[in-house]
Amino acid sequence: MSEIQNTTNHADLAEVFNNDEARVDWHDETLWWIRSKRDVAVNKINNWEELRETASQIKHNVLSNLSNYLQQFESNALSNGIIVHWAADAKEHNQIVLSILRKHSIGQMVKSKSMLTEECHLNDFLEENGINVIDSDLGERIVQLAKEMPSHIVLPCIHKKKEEIGELFHQHLGTPAGNADPQFLTETARQHLRDTFLTRRAALTGVNFAIAETGEFVVCTNEGNADMGAHLADVHIASMGIEKIIPERKHLGVFLRLLTRSATGQPITTYSSHFKRPNKGKEMHIIIVDNGRSIQLGREAFRNSLKCIRCGACMNTCPVYRRSGGHSYHNAISGPIGSILAPNLDMEKYADLPFASTLCGSCTNVCPVKIDIHQQLYKWRQVIVKNGYVPAAKTASMKIMDWTLSSPTAYHTAGKAGRMVLKYAPFMVNNKLNPWYKHRDMPEPPKESFGEWYKKNRK
Amino acid sequence: MKVGLFIPCYVDQFYPGAAIACLQLLEKLGVDVVYPKNQTCCGQPMANSGFEHLTGGCNDLFIKNFSGFDYVVGPSGSCVLHLKEHLHNHDNPEIATTLSNKLYEFTSFLTDVLKVKSLPARFPHKVGVHQSCHGQRGLHLSQMTELVAPEFSKPGSLLNMVKDIELVHLNRKDECCGFGGTFCVAEEAVSSKMGKDRVEDHLHNGAEYITGVDMSCLMHMEGILHRQGSKVKVLHIAEILNGE
Repeated sequence: MSEIQNTTNHADLAEVFNNDEARVDWHDETLWWIRSKRDVAVNKINNWEELRETASQIKHNVLSNLSNYLQQFESNALSNGIIVHWAADAKEHNQIVLSILRKHSIGQMVKSKSMLTEECHLNDFLEENGINVIDSDLGERIVQLAKEMPSHIVLPCIHKKKEEIGELFHQHLGTPAGNADPQFLTETARQHLRDTFLTRRAALTGVNFAIAETGEFVVCTNEGNADMGAHLADVHIASMGIEKIIPERKHLGVFLRLLTRSATGQPITTYSSHFKRPNKGKEMHIIIVDNGRSIQLGREAFRNSLKCIRCGACMNTCPVYRRSGGHSYHNAISGPIGSILAPNLDMEKYADLPFASTLCGSCTNVCPVKIDIHQQLYKWRQVIVKNGYVPAAKTASMKIMDWTLSSPTAYHTAGKAGRMVLKYAPFMVNNKLNPWYKHRDMPEPPKESFGEWYKKNRK
Repeated sequence: MKVGLFIPCYVDQFYPGAAIACLQLLEKLGVDVVYPKNQTCCGQPMANSGFEHLTGGCNDLFIKNFSGFDYVVGPSGSCVLHLKEHLHNHDNPEIATTLSNKLYEFTSFLTDVLKVKSLPARFPHKVGVHQSCHGQRGLHLSQMTELVAPEFSKPGSLLNMVKDIELVHLNRKDECCGFGGTFCVAEEAVSSKMGKDRVEDHLHNGAEYITGVDMSCLMHMEGILHRQGSKVKVLHIAEILNGE
């Protein structure tokens, strides 16, 4: 087992984030507020738990029959006049987007929110190939101007304070310095994006739900930016992961009720737009992307992670996410769901993520499709260790622990020694080499263990 | 009814008072309790670190120590949950399943098996209850704020039997304290911050004591309280329920 040198790991990035405690408090409170809004919204639905179970079962059916539903979707989409592409991985997806744009000699594209394109690093790829991409989701536009990744799948710039956004807009959009009025900044973004919408001939959107029965797809936004882009452009490209399928249109009645209540506490997204066929003289493309999903489908313990509808509720509720920030997960999808999806893509690079959790289980409880997120975090830990992606020192210490705890004699000796050290040589433990001691004191060692007390006081 | 008392390793070593309170209260309630002296650890620290494959020794020892009892009771939601989910025996899977079905966390043994309706305890203090995640979300000792479901609390129902106790309201009633086993050192920054925030909620709402079903969470919060020079103390729930 080799020593793994992981330069970007969650614990280190989280430590940096925690250097500014006031900011951590602000981040935590902001996301907790959203979790609280979610609680209010879901408590208005009497059969909320039944709705979650139904959604989970529908997705179970989808994952069990995925190839059939995908073929059904493709054939219906084709007869609707949609051009369907299949991409095995991120590279193929990006090439397909580029070839569509090249075919139409388009050099500029507007894009609404799509976590899949973040996962594929599409923007960077297109920029390298001379295509100018403007993100039209306000949060995405802000992180794009800041040259950052989204820190949250639903709230991409939740890590930024309004003053920081004011400064970005001052630099890039010419707003007056020091103006951080949210309404003013939003209006500025509207005007700036309006011009983009009117001049772009191609628009890319994500897909929230693709309906096998009808060959149509649904895109949910609060800003109407997907519609604005797609309707004004000559070419609409929609990118979807293979797991976005739902069997029938009526199932939307389950998922649309769950999605935004879980995400932000709204009853429904402002716009839930159905796209079925291109307007006359225009083109509509769908790119169906695998990029590791079929491998995850084959991992029985982790298959359920593909039920995810990208609501972000697990991030908002996660006490670790709230206090470490989305960027500490160094992956397009952060938080608990990102931590169970990422190791599938690159186990070595993301070996740290399943450990960035206390396994408190709150994520599993808020998940609208009942993914057993915290159980999968535990299971990933086992897989990662078995594959050797942990530091050798940790393995050695675990073997010593195993030896000590498997033998009552060794345990009693070690326990006594430990308490003696704490009592007579506390500096051996209470020093900066012990991470516990940095912000916490060690417990006072008692004069005897319970075992010793029991021997004296009971038979 | 013969009950085996399972005392988690760190409780044995650092918090004998909590273990004594469990033993004494069970005895007061007329239970025949025995503490098998060769017990060590449930194996959770290794398993949660990804080394579940090294816990065979702990499993064998646990089965050897506790298979002969009608029930096994332990004052820790976390260790009990770990055993219920992961205790296994390669050669005899049946023996592990049978044992894990007889295994109870201390407060749920009082409410579900002994069906305790009253306790002779008095504790005239303001107390904050920490909902330890593994007991709450794992063993369902009390309702979870994420779910749309009726309220209940097994530890809470027992604390309500204690005379003169005042349970304080918390702003976030079931947020994790950040202990998380090896998480507390591997992710020291986030772990401590979570602990500070949890403690602050109790302090802000006037708690004189913080209690719960898991000494590990309480040890973590005690470490923070101590560092802050606070007079607020942590006590395992058994010590309150066993009080005069």
